[in-house]
Amino acid sequence: MYTEKVMDHFTNPRNVGEIENASGVGTVGNAKCGDIMRIYLDIDDSGVIKDVKFKTFGCGAAVATSSMATELVKGKTVNEALQVTNKAVMEALDGLPPVKVHCSLLAEEAIHAALWDYAEKKGIKIEGLEKPKSDIHEGEESEEY
Amino acid sequence: MDRKIYLDNAATTKTRPEVVEAMLPYFTELYGNPSSVYEFATQNKKAVDEARGIIARALGADISEIYFTGSGTEADNWALKAVADAYASKGNHIITSKIEHHAILHTCEYLEKHGVEVSYIDVDENGILKLDQLEKAIRPTTVLISVMFANNEIGTLQPIKEIGEIAKKHNILFHTDAVQAFGQLPIDVNELGIDMLSASAHKLNGPKGIGFLYIRKGVKIRSFVHGGAQERQRRAGTENVPGIVGFGKAVELALATMQERAEKEIKLRNLLMKRILEEIPFVRVNGDKVRRLPNNANFSFQFIEGESLLIMLDMNNICASSGSACTSGSLDPSHVLLAIGLPHEIAHGSLRLTVSDEITEEEIHYTVDKIKEIVEKLRKMSPLYEDFMKKR
Repeated sequence: MYTEKVMDHFTNPRNVGEIENASGVGTVGNAKCGDIMRIYLDIDDSGVIKDVKFKTFGCGAAVATSSMATELVKGKTVNEALQVTNKAVMEALDGLPPVKVHCSLLAEEAIHAALWDYAEKKGIKIEGLEKPKSDIHEGEESEEY
Repeated sequence: MDRKIYLDNAATTKTRPEVVEAMLPYFTELYGNPSSVYEFATQNKKAVDEARGIIARALGADISEIYFTGSGTEADNWALKAVADAYASKGNHIITSKIEHHAILHTCEYLEKHGVEVSYIDVDENGILKLDQLEKAIRPTTVLISVMFANNEIGTLQPIKEIGEIAKKHNILFHTDAVQAFGQLPIDVNELGIDMLSASAHKLNGPKGIGFLYIRKGVKIRSFVHGGAQERQRRAGTENVPGIVGFGKAVELALATMQERAEKEIKLRNLLMKRILEEIPFVRVNGDKVRRLPNNANFSFQFIEGESLLIMLDMNNICASSGSACTSGSLDPSHVLLAIGLPHEIAHGSLRLTVSDEITEEEIHYTVDKIKEIVEKLRKMSPLYEDFMKKR
């Protein structure tokens, strides 16, 4: 069901953990739907992401997309991190099953939420960053069968 | 451990070698069509009738009351759709439970789109049907009560005899989906007041692709598949002779070993539950402690998600199942776990393990050791666990 890369990031997830006094923390998703992602960012004065950690409650794909998203933003500037889309996360994992695409959206959303928190704490505005939805599944309708 | 540990016997079971052996001649030498007149084919008609007789006796039914189908799901579809049709002049109301298999629930949804009214009765926190609510739901237009014998996820056994009595008192037909129970527990359709019953061979070490519907004599029922004269003209199509023969053999073996198997499975299941409850914090057992299938254990591990747990168990050669949304292909976790009152996030962390008599105690110990490791690993990466621990 999953690609080798997804399995690798699920079984050996990179950057699991917390950062104390993080520059920004973002939590997205909800327990009702079965996925929650939390991303911690440590951003230095020049706006470079020095460290990133995550915690995820969710399926194999949710863990793997979180892990890959942290790898993709680590060492990047805030503006570069903003360009990391769910598509990029999926491509880096060699794809996801169609029912799991929402996990990659959640990963993108979690990064944005953490960046938003950082901007708020710093009192700055990041060009192109919108206030994240608190619930990724808002407005999503259940499928007819 | 190199060998596979199969703990998903509620999904399907291994076909017993004796069953396969009984089936084989009906693929090769004895391939005749039971409907043909020559001697070569009438042997097959005899084999089909023998299997039908074994099944009828297992239920205390008459041989003419057993109708073979392609699956338990087909039997469920047939029972509901045909009763709704044949009894339309009496009424258009069906009563069922909230924790039925999708073979019943999705058929009910289909019927609702075609003018049938359905009442879905609640269950208590252990999954036992609320009988008072059932009785109150009965209307003059009620034609059928359909309640499963045993639940496929949490293993809870329903008060079938009491439901049968209520149905009889109100002159309503009673159907039970006994797919999980048939061959595991003694069932007598007369003693329990059952008018129709669905079952499937592959849940009791028989082959896949064969089921049956028991229909009590006198119940009006429409043909489900039109064509030839097979199954008393009610379910046309050339009989799945090897499947039917295999089903008969599987039932014969299941009845002969029922008590011994149940005792062994209960012992293994209880060992599994005891160790998990004692050694892993923040876990609950779902389903009734006593009124439960011998082989079923169902847990909810707080703060983790079921699919992750299943994949990691699979990497350790352990086959299990979960009621999490990710395993159902939708965003909602199991309707059964929600119906017993579990919050969504706890329902997402469920794990079902269903043992067989081929499992050893050593394999149970190995499985519990692995579950402990995996649950700990997943909790370490869970933001829910982090929040919970910080609040303590």
